[in-house]
Amino acid sequence: MTDLPTRSIDLKAVLSGSSPTVAKGDHSEGMSYLQSLPRKFVTVYLPLSIIIIILLFPFYWMALTAIKPDDQLLDLDKFNPFWTWNPTFKHIHKLLFESYYPHWLWNTMYVAVCATVLSIIASVLAAYAIVRLRYKGANLVGGLIFLAYLVPPSILFIPLATVVFQYGLFDSPMALILTYPTILIPFSTWLLMGYFKTIPFELEECALIDGASRWQILIKIVLPLAIPGLISAFIFCFTLCWNEFIYALTFLQSTQNKTVPVAIVNEFVDGDIYRWGSLMAGALAGSLPLVILYAFFVEHYVSAMTGAVKE
Amino acid sequence: MADIALAPRSAKTQIREATTWDQLKHNRNWLGFWFMLPAMAFLIFFLAYPLGLGIWLSFTDTRIGRIGQFIGTENYEWLWDDSIFWLSVFNTLLYTFIASAFKFAIGLYLALLLNENMPFKAILRAMVLIPFIVPTVLSALAFWWIFDSQFSIISWSLKHLGLITQNINFLGDTTWARICVIFANIWRGVPFVAITLLAGLQTVQPSLYEAATLDGATRWQMFRHITYPLLTPIIAVVMTFSVLFTFTDFQLIWAMTRGGPVNATHLMATLSYQRAIIAGQLGEGAAISSAMIPFLLAAIMISWFGLQRRKWQQGEAND
Repeated sequence: MTDLPTRSIDLKAVLSGSSPTVAKGDHSEGMSYLQSLPRKFVTVYLPLSIIIIILLFPFYWMALTAIKPDDQLLDLDKFNPFWTWNPTFKHIHKLLFESYYPHWLWNTMYVAVCATVLSIIASVLAAYAIVRLRYKGANLVGGLIFLAYLVPPSILFIPLATVVFQYGLFDSPMALILTYPTILIPFSTWLLMGYFKTIPFELEECALIDGASRWQILIKIVLPLAIPGLISAFIFCFTLCWNEFIYALTFLQSTQNKTVPVAIVNEFVDGDIYRWGSLMAGALAGSLPLVILYAFFVEHYVSAMTGAVKE
Repeated sequence: MADIALAPRSAKTQIREATTWDQLKHNRNWLGFWFMLPAMAFLIFFLAYPLGLGIWLSFTDTRIGRIGQFIGTENYEWLWDDSIFWLSVFNTLLYTFIASAFKFAIGLYLALLLNENMPFKAILRAMVLIPFIVPTVLSALAFWWIFDSQFSIISWSLKHLGLITQNINFLGDTTWARICVIFANIWRGVPFVAITLLAGLQTVQPSLYEAATLDGATRWQMFRHITYPLLTPIIAVVMTFSVLFTFTDFQLIWAMTRGGPVNATHLMATLSYQRAIIAGQLGEGAAISSAMIPFLLAAIMISWFGLQRRKWQQGEAND
């Protein structure tokens, strides 16, 4: 739909920094010799470091608050608030052993994994059918799925709440496992369609001549070649599930069943000023799994993000 | 020997008629149907049906635990005279416009910066994306703490720099509260815009810049006449997404202010949650969220036709 007229996006290069815009070999610096170092410092390094500091400061603050003793949190005059010399694990201990936090983490993980697996299976089938079976109306269905991606949860949560209630799913993880795919399927179908299109037609034709069924082709030929795409879709869906808030807030009621984002907002926020430490520890612990996952699969994240936008 | 090899071993088997079962198994359209079934089931039961149901609910007086009666446009008439609803519409538009404009400007700037040649490029790019990875609610809580009325680190720093004498009541004052939530939204949205635009930037041929440099173009001219036109399609898509998700934002506001102080940060989404789930007026809440649909359609249309015009200008065939 919106492919740039010049080149296709090289995802590895986006993150590894080996940008294709720089010609390789004897002039590997490109045109950058035209810029002097002091000039580059003012026009590039300075603004870049300011932006990055602002982007990362909340996480530093989160981590620092999580390990600061209470008296230092509330007495800003005696102690320098930007650092602490006597870190404490009291807040983290309280979080892990005196609250339902491990429960909530487990719930979030469980819901996210189940919903992601369900949606990936459904999207693989749908994307393959749209791209390769090309049944009557495949293009129309592809367009409709893209439109479904643009329907935001904040429009759907009220009617969905009544639906969930009718089906007797209220306050159970199943409510989330069945509703999250509506957010994930359009996205991952669209992403996988892009991947399937890159797999050569000839491979499938050979398999068809050898007598393979469509199902065998999908399982034995297309899927192994689309593994990078599957990983991208999986990670991105997992992140979206973890991040989802409004459905979890509406469909779950009992404290034990909640997911991390909802539980932290509702159970820890009670106006008690001494809660700040555990609140921030909870926020930090809730983000860590995703950040670790991200650290291992940076390229796949970027390919998922740009893949969704590219088409 | 040769005779034996040439002689047909047996009569050719009769080709049997394709049964209905074969049709279901091999016909392209039927196969397509089977493959689409799981995805379609999810999307129809949990997306299309609720979307229609939501519009229906907005014409009824449904409450939690009570089936509603059809009451025509009464909910909408009621909202038409409701000043809080109009305030939330105003807030939503303000929030969307300001946050999207800043996200675009800062995101594009950051993408251009990251596209420069420098050491530790890969790590810098990976770090930029972190705010996008961390769940919105959790980073919103960090902002809540940063913008605390008594223990805000910003107030503390400004006091020590001698710029202010009193703590700023960040989330308690209407103007400040709006600024704070918009800032948090920009903070979260910039990485997405920057990284996707960066991917677009890398597809621009370096030879274009070299040619422009030889022709004596300034850096601004290069940006204006090479980078920007080539990036336009990707900008349109990214900004459509950004506008849609900003417009329907819920979690950031809910975690930071819950619509307060005095409804100054109530968006349409948070107001519909409050009316529908907390107050139990499902019908009225559904009317508020249905009122978002025209705005969303307008945003999609604008970007869609923007894209079409772009293609036409570039003389590209469709798709």
